[in-house]
Amino acid sequence: MTSSPPVIDLDRVTKEYPGGVCALRDVSLRIVPDELTAIVGPSGSGKSTMLQLMGTLDRPTRGTVRILGHDVAALDDRQLSAVRASWIGFVFQQCYLTAHLTAVQNVANGLFYHGLPRRARLREAAAALDRVGLGHRRDHRPAELSGGERQRVAIARALVARPAIVLADEPTGALDSRSGETVVQLLHELHRDGTTIAVITHDAGIARSFDRQVEILDGEISAAGSA
Amino acid sequence: MNTPPLPRSARLRAADLIGVGLLGLRGRPMRAVLSALGIAIGIAAMVAVLGIGAASQARLLNRIASLGTNLLTVTPGQNLFGKNTPLPDAAVDMVGRIGPVLSASATGSVAGATVRRTDKIDPRETKGIEVLAGRLDLLPTLGGKLSAGAWLSPATGRYPAVVLGATAARLLGVDEPGRQVFIAGQWFTVLGILAPLDLTPEINTAALVGWDVATSRLGFDGHPTKIYTRAVTEAVGAVRDVLARTANPQDPSAVNVSRPSDALTAQLAAKNTFGSLLIGLGAVSLLVGGVGVANTMIISVLERRAEIGLRRALGARRRQILLQFLTEAVALSALGGLAGAALGVAATVVYAGAQGWPLVLPTTGIAAGVGSSIVIGAAAGLYPALRAGRLPPSEALSTG
Ligand SMILES: Nc1ncnc2c1ncn2[C@@H]1O[C@H](COP(=O)(O)OP(=O)(O)O)[C@@H](O)[C@H]1O
Ligand SMILES: [Mg+2]
Repeated sequence: MTSSPPVIDLDRVTKEYPGGVCALRDVSLRIVPDELTAIVGPSGSGKSTMLQLMGTLDRPTRGTVRILGHDVAALDDRQLSAVRASWIGFVFQQCYLTAHLTAVQNVANGLFYHGLPRRARLREAAAALDRVGLGHRRDHRPAELSGGERQRVAIARALVARPAIVLADEPTGALDSRSGETVVQLLHELHRDGTTIAVITHDAGIARSFDRQVEILDGEISAAGSA
Repeated sequence: MNTPPLPRSARLRAADLIGVGLLGLRGRPMRAVLSALGIAIGIAAMVAVLGIGAASQARLLNRIASLGTNLLTVTPGQNLFGKNTPLPDAAVDMVGRIGPVLSASATGSVAGATVRRTDKIDPRETKGIEVLAGRLDLLPTLGGKLSAGAWLSPATGRYPAVVLGATAARLLGVDEPGRQVFIAGQWFTVLGILAPLDLTPEINTAALVGWDVATSRLGFDGHPTKIYTRAVTEAVGAVRDVLARTANPQDPSAVNVSRPSDALTAQLAAKNTFGSLLIGLGAVSLLVGGVGVANTMIISVLERRAEIGLRRALGARRRQILLQFLTEAVALSALGGLAGAALGVAATVVYAGAQGWPLVLPTTGIAAGVGSSIVIGAAAGLYPALRAGRLPPSEALSTG
C-alpha cells in the first residue's frame, strides 16, 4: 500500500539569522494534501521565516525540510527553482504586480519559468483569473483594480501552475476588513476545490475560520490544532 | 511512501528572455532613453566619420578614374655629377614615337619672364605665375578644357597671345578673353582661360604662350622643361620604364619620370586627422555611455529587489535572473547603438549630399557600431546582473 508524503514536512527546524537572532527554534510541522492551515502568531514570532523555509526560499540552520518527500538540503539551485515553479505558489502581503502589465499578463508570469509558450501561458492565466472571479478584469492594469482585486490577481498567479501547495503570508495584511473578507472567502473556496493552502496571519479571527490552526510564539509552536 | 519525482527545470525561451529584458526598460522609459544616449552619441560619431570618409574616398576614386592614370611626365634632373641637364630639343618627338604612347607634348619654362596685369605693377610681383611656352598639342594631351575663349593655334601661336591657367587668370583679375596682360615688357592678348586641372596643378598657375612666339620675342631657349605623355593604360608601366632612356639617350640618369595620379592615390591612404579626432571622441562617448548603462543597471537592481524575490519565488533560477538583467543591459545599449547608427547614417547622407559626393553606406561601420554597443552593454551589465543573480530570495523579499 502506498501513501503520499506530506506536502511539507518541517522536522525539528531551527533558523538563526546572522547576528544571533533565533527566529525559529526546533519546529516540527507537517502539512498533508488538501489541508487548509492557518499559522497564527504575533508580529516577530517567526511566521515569515517559517514560510520562507517551507517555500524553499531559505535554508534552515538545523533540521530537515522536506517537500513531497524530497529533502531540500540535497537539492541545488536548479532543482529548488523547479520545485518552487511547479509545486509551490506564493502569495505575499504586497501583491508584487507589475504596474504596466494587465491582470492576465501578471497572472501569466506565474508560468514564466515553466517552459510553456506565451500563448499557452496566457490561456492558463485567463482560466486562473476566472477561478478567482476576475475574468471580467482580464485587461485591466493593477492601478485600475481595488486592493482586494489586486490580491486576488496575485492569488490567481499563485494558482496558475497548479501547485501542490499555496503559501500565503499575511494576504489580508494590507487590506481593509471587507476586502480581507473576500480574500479569505476565496481561500476557503479554493480549498473546497481541492487546493492545499497554508495561510500566515496575525489575525486570530481569521485563523479561527480555518480547519487547522498552528500557533507560534517566539519561534516556537505553542499549540497545534488537529488536521 | 510514494514520493513523486522532482519536477523538471525548464529553460527560458529566447523570445521570453528578450521580452523580459525589454519589459524592464518599459518600466522606466525616460531613464532608458537617457542612459542609452551616451552610447547613441558615440556610435553616431563613429558611423558618421566612417560614412563620410567612405564617401570622400569614393569621390576621390571616381576623380582619379575620370582623370585617367595613364598620364606620365618627364622633367630634367641632375646627372651623376650634380649638374643640371636640360632635355634635348628632340625629346618630345622621341617620346611620341614609343609604340604604346598615344600623345606627347611639352611646356618650356621661359626664364626670367613675368606676367603682370599692367605695366605699372612691379615686375618682381609674380604672384607665383610662371610663363610657359606650350606646344599646340598640350591641351589634348592633358585632357584640359577651356572655361572661356580659345586654345593656341598655329596662327595665334606666332603672335603675342596667351592662354591663362584657371588660378593665374583669377590672380591677374582676368575673367574674359580679349584683355591684355604685360609679359616681359610686351602686351599679350588673352586668348582663352583654362578650366582647373586636377592632375597637373602647375598648369593652373601658368601663362601659356606659343612655342614660336616664346622663342622669337621672349628669349626662350627652346628646351622642353616638362614633357607630358599619355600611354595605353595597360602599357603605362612599360612606357614608364623606357621614358628616361628615350627622352635623353645620352644621360638617362638625369631625367625624372613621374605619374601625377600617384599623388592623388596617396591621398587615399592619408589619414584624416579630423576623422580620427571624432573617432576618439566617439570612443570616449562610448566609454561614458557604458559607465552610464552600468550605473543605471546597478540602480535598477537595487530598486527591483522585490521583483527579483518574486521571480525567484515563481521559480527563476539564479542564472535566469542574471540573464534577465544582462539582456536588459544589452537591450539598453543595443537600442542606443541602433539609434546612433541611424543618426550617423543620416549625418552621412546629409553631409555627402551637401558636398555632392557619392553616397556609400558604411555597412561594416554600422555592423561594428551595433556590435560594439552589444559588447559594451554586456560588459556594463555583467556586474549588476551578477549581483541580481546572487541576491538571496528571502533577502530580496524582506521589506525591512
Ligand atoms: N533576514 C533577517 N535577518 C535577521 N533577522 C531577521 C531576518 N528576518 C527576520 N528576522 C528576525 O527574526 C524574527 C522573526 O521574524 P519574522 O519571521 O519576519 O516574523 P513574523 O513574520 O512573525 O513577523 C524577528 O525577530 C526578526 O527581526
Ligand atoms: Mg511576517
